[in-house]
Amino acid sequence: MAGKTLYDKLWDSHVVRCDDHGTCLLYIDRHLVHEVTSPQAFEGLRLAGRKPWRIAANLAVPDHNVPTTSRGRGIEDPVSRLQVQTLDSNCAEFGITEFKMDDPRQGIVHVIGPEQGATLPGMTVVCGDSHTSTHGAFGALAFGIGTSEVEHVLATQCLIQKKSKNMLMSVDGRPSPGITAKDIVLAIIGEIGTAGGTGYAIEFGGQAIAELSIEGRMTVCNMTIEAGARAGMIAVDDKTIAYLEKRPLAPQGALWGQAAAVWRELRSDPDAQFDRVARLDAAAIKPQVSWGTSPEMVVAVDGTVPDPDEEQDDVKREAMRAALSYMDLPPRTPVTDIRLDKVFIGSCTNSRIEDLRAAARIVEGRRVADNIKQALVVPGSGLIKRQAEGEGLDRVFIEAGFEWREPGCSMCLAMNADRLQPGERCASTSNRNFEGRQGQGGRTHLVSPAMAAAAAIAGRFVDIRELI
Amino acid sequence: MEKFEKLTGLVVPLDRPNVDTDAVIPKQFLKSIKRTGFGPYLFDEWRYLDHGEPGMDCTDRPRNPDFVLNQQRYEGARILLARDNFGCGSSREHAPWALLDYGFRVIIAPSFADIFYNNCFKNGILPIVLPAEIVDRLFKEVSATPGYELAVDLPAQTVTTPAGEVMHFGVDPFRKHCLVNGLDDIGLTLQHVNEIKAYEQRRKQEAPWLF
Ligand code: SF4
Repeated sequence: MAGKTLYDKLWDSHVVRCDDHGTCLLYIDRHLVHEVTSPQAFEGLRLAGRKPWRIAANLAVPDHNVPTTSRGRGIEDPVSRLQVQTLDSNCAEFGITEFKMDDPRQGIVHVIGPEQGATLPGMTVVCGDSHTSTHGAFGALAFGIGTSEVEHVLATQCLIQKKSKNMLMSVDGRPSPGITAKDIVLAIIGEIGTAGGTGYAIEFGGQAIAELSIEGRMTVCNMTIEAGARAGMIAVDDKTIAYLEKRPLAPQGALWGQAAAVWRELRSDPDAQFDRVARLDAAAIKPQVSWGTSPEMVVAVDGTVPDPDEEQDDVKREAMRAALSYMDLPPRTPVTDIRLDKVFIGSCTNSRIEDLRAAARIVEGRRVADNIKQALVVPGSGLIKRQAEGEGLDRVFIEAGFEWREPGCSMCLAMNADRLQPGERCASTSNRNFEGRQGQGGRTHLVSPAMAAAAAIAGRFVDIRELI
Repeated sequence: MEKFEKLTGLVVPLDRPNVDTDAVIPKQFLKSIKRTGFGPYLFDEWRYLDHGEPGMDCTDRPRNPDFVLNQQRYEGARILLARDNFGCGSSREHAPWALLDYGFRVIIAPSFADIFYNNCFKNGILPIVLPAEIVDRLFKEVSATPGYELAVDLPAQTVTTPAGEVMHFGVDPFRKHCLVNGLDDIGLTLQHVNEIKAYEQRRKQEAPWLF
């Protein structure tokens, strides 16, 4: 019999029961909660007179609506304020641990889970948020769910699921200097498309992935959903275990040794069978920039914006035309000619300490270009912010003309006050370049933190390889 | 959840691939703590020429005449015809809530994003996957024929065109069962309380650090 994939192992260890058609009850170890997708779920619980099944499995944090300017004044927008207050009161009513807005541990839900050790290898991790795939970087089965499922997990600690197919995405060899996890994942999405992973759980493997830091692995898994797959994951190794040791919610003492021994087995067996295998040569990956309104619309920084006339498929051609018109870009524009209005460094994709360090290295001793109206750095959590300040990164950014903000989702989706104005063009380290994502009429180009930093200094895109 | 058996309804074609849930219902409306009232803001940025905010009265807002939902011939549509990868992006259940609140009960596309597809069933919307060639043909027929209606029969798993052509579609038996009977998932899962507890007992032995 063939061996098991990592996904097979994670799935099998969480099945409570299955019916004849393969519809299963899957046990959920960790449920992360934020303010946007939970109010209706808590309301549902109350209406049905139900209680959370296992309170300790939940961890809540407000992140989408919180201001990134001083927290002292609270939230100005009354609708946002009510949503955050609703999370506070639901958590208080049901006894769920919440890192409130003024807690130093507050931050983006997918950043604080790993930071606290709330995410552990071998777990099933869910959250009412598609970027829950981030947590797969730890050899966990992690995926986003809708609000009805949030209620289902709260009430039963289970989800009704069918098993996905197995896909291996292998990034072979070594990338060139200056190429980051963000470039790797954008290149993957450019290659397989935004629906390329639909129906699959993707395991990322190969030398380039193994050599990534844990933070880089989180960046890759984060954007699995942009490749169409709900869950992305990476095998456990020494780096995974070292990262988690002594985290507040990680096991301690004898239990730690016991857990770590089990976690080391969390990788695909050598003879495991995948339904699909895709490969990418790491050495061929260049710094990536998205040009359109879907994350698959990416090119290398030394390339040009594509010409829809060269696309054979009618539906794709029309989509390209619509994207270029929205982005206000003529076909064949060299990427390095694209001038920017704003720069955003943050989001659950790229707001961790290594991201901030990478951006600060580029920025140090330089100034943000005159045509840049605003350059924001939004750390992923209060603890990251503190750490960065301890390293002096805040000074580097502020002296260069960046704004140094409080943690949250911020201009990744512009639910708080941080947003693009209509027509503004932004280099962003976030994960979605959809129409209006960063503000109605705003135009988003997805890039790595170093590329965003370099773009802020030059006022247009530059090839990061020329700066290092 | 309202059950779904059969529906004959007007079809509106939304001719672009990769329609994401940010487009279906923009983020400012996600601040609501209710499940209802999203219909007027469905596709807000495409539908209106001004900027929408939660709570706005939409009756007098300037409409985008080029957006298909604003064309009179599609008024009252119950079936949305879409392209590949419909519902990609964010997991927001506000997207199916908005579609349902507007009046859609069926969405037909060559493919859907996983989370959105799943969310539809939880809200009494039937997402139907048909082969790309058939969807392409339906797009042509719909635009060529004012008042074009399709008849959808979930128990029989068929879609019937005005010309009487019958097309079959696949659907997971459990999801079909829940939708046809309007069943609440949580109630069904709670029939297995003992199995969940037994699992937890076993798991506490194997992996005590998880509890
Ligand atoms: S940072 Fe952006 S993608 Fe991540 S959870 Fe927040 S809004 Fe979603």
